[in-house]
Amino acid sequence: MKTKFLLRAAVIAVTAVLSFSAAQAEDKPLRIGLVLPMTGPFEYLGRQVYAGVKLYMEQHGDWVAGRKIELLLRDDTGTAPETTKRYAQDLVTNDNAEVLAGFGLSPLAFAAAPVATQAKVPMVVMSAGASAISEKSPYIIRSGYTLVQYVAPLALWAAKNGVKNVYTLVTDYAPGHDAEAMFSKVFTDNGGTIAGSVRVPLKSPDYGPYAQRIKDANPGAVFAFVPGSEAPALMKQFQTRGLTEAGIKLICVGDVTDEDILDGLGDAAVGTITSLFYTPALAGVQGREKFTPENISFTNAFEKDNPGMRPDHMAVTGYDGMHLIYSVLEKTHGAAGGDAFVAAAKGMSWVSPRGPMSIDPETRDPIQDVYIRKVERIGGHLYNVDFDRIARVDNKGVPVAQAVGK
Amino acid sequence: MLTVLFDGIATGALLFLSSVGLSVTLGVMNFVNLAHGVFAMTGGYVAVVLLNRWGVPFLATLPAAFAASAGLGVVVERLFYRKLYDAGALEQVLFTTGLVFAAMAAAAFLMGSQHQIIQLPAFLAGQFHLFKGFDLGVYRLFLIVFCGCVALALQLVLSRTRFGSRLRAAVDNATVANALGINVGRLFAVTFAVGCGLAGLGAALGVEILNLDPSFPLKFLVYFLIVVAAGGTGTISGPLLASLVLGICDVAGKYYVPDIGAFIIYGVMVAMLIWRPHGLFGRRAVR
Repeated sequence: MKTKFLLRAAVIAVTAVLSFSAAQAEDKPLRIGLVLPMTGPFEYLGRQVYAGVKLYMEQHGDWVAGRKIELLLRDDTGTAPETTKRYAQDLVTNDNAEVLAGFGLSPLAFAAAPVATQAKVPMVVMSAGASAISEKSPYIIRSGYTLVQYVAPLALWAAKNGVKNVYTLVTDYAPGHDAEAMFSKVFTDNGGTIAGSVRVPLKSPDYGPYAQRIKDANPGAVFAFVPGSEAPALMKQFQTRGLTEAGIKLICVGDVTDEDILDGLGDAAVGTITSLFYTPALAGVQGREKFTPENISFTNAFEKDNPGMRPDHMAVTGYDGMHLIYSVLEKTHGAAGGDAFVAAAKGMSWVSPRGPMSIDPETRDPIQDVYIRKVERIGGHLYNVDFDRIARVDNKGVPVAQAVGK
Repeated sequence: MLTVLFDGIATGALLFLSSVGLSVTLGVMNFVNLAHGVFAMTGGYVAVVLLNRWGVPFLATLPAAFAASAGLGVVVERLFYRKLYDAGALEQVLFTTGLVFAAMAAAAFLMGSQHQIIQLPAFLAGQFHLFKGFDLGVYRLFLIVFCGCVALALQLVLSRTRFGSRLRAAVDNATVANALGINVGRLFAVTFAVGCGLAGLGAALGVEILNLDPSFPLKFLVYFLIVVAAGGTGTISGPLLASLVLGICDVAGKYYVPDIGAFIIYGVMVAMLIWRPHGLFGRRAVR
């Protein structure tokens, strides 16, 4: 009898302690380690993502499921994967961050992936775009995109809209190779031919000779992918060489006409056709009435918070990344352990400023619409105005409906 | 083919303008000035700020770029370089390398790390269409004419003016020139300032073609050094010819063999140096 009483007391005590510590865990603030390039050559990218993250928190408060959200921002300068890894480790071990987020470029995300795996910490990759990233750790969820996700639809669009012959120009680094391979494959599979291809060094002082070479080859169109920072120099040379006058269409990956630099490109850029999963012109421009009130309120709030800046696709990935974290925490009642987080995030869907999107439960990459856009001048500013849409594209660039066989 | 040649000459002209000053400091004053690109970058940024923020016409920004770089040159020369003239090459290298990194950080802080974009005036944009297969970029034509005039003016100053003859005397033998009452220190200071000014002018003209960002001093240091090494020192025609050869090879390489185009200029430099170890018109070093 006495032993039974003692046992019962012990059980009660243990339960009390357990529930107390559980309650304590939930009262503890939830720290999100945000690693982004805030200085260096990719500063523009980090600033956009961070502005998106801040905007979401401003609009939705910093309390979720009874836990206060604390943001710990680390600047990895964008060029040093080992720095990214060190910050990720430091955030998890010393600062008790329960979620890692950000990651501006693919090599940086690759470097941080083992940290997420070992610590079982969810890692929300916002803006790195290599296809293989989400395979590097079971705890990676992507709120952004894969590069091929919007390259493949562009190739398909070109093939189906009277473009027969394309010359490709990409920057000589991994994403450039991905883009070139994906574009060439989809384009030739759909009946197009590749007139030639050229890879330019990452630090190319002068695009003139390449532009001339393409002009002399006289293809129907040129497909270009260079980092946003190189785009002005490229566009200048295309314009100076009169490629448009020679009847050569310019079709690019959306990064080339990024909103950050678009106005600076000047009239050289007008008429350029690009593909991307977002454009602030998605009914966000006066005089354009379409289906996304989400985007109108997003762009307005963003421009009010960040005078002189326009939101680009990177800002949206930051905004959606925070939405993903907030929604998951609500679903798990504040628990952010890697397995619970990923389980809750899989299949989650919502309407983003970019349109409807969801997290593919198999790949943990987003499924989203891809827009074909054209640069137009509206009221003194240049905009990427969408005129065609490929709905629900998976991380390989294939529309989901088609993949299922509908 | 002709277009490639033409573009190459334009690139070469730009290279010449930016690096002729270095051939003076490095070759004549025997000062290892790895920070030459800093003065060039200053001119470039001055032109960008004037043009984009204050709406100054493009042509009017060029003298300003020259003056700013020359002014910075005078200040840096008087404050720092003068003290290092007698120091060893290692000290000079360390100091000027430090200056490069400090300037890059300052430029990133003040101007941001993105490429600077300028809009050329309408009369400099576009292309002439001479005949089929030969298009002339108006801006590149302007560059060639402009740099040609500068090269000519420099040659005339060196060979026809009192300043020029003093400079040549000081270069040949500084000690004797000093003894004859020529103020060699001031002469070199002025020459240095002009060299910096020309570099700034070159960068201001090059914003359109070369991509101006905070890494400019390091990115183009290689080009500058190649011009000086291949062109030899002490003449105007040496660096001019070297710049043109490099420009043409660079452009032609990228046009015809894009896969290895970026490496062609190094090959050309090695070939030139094997053929003429002291530069195209270089004289055997006296010291």
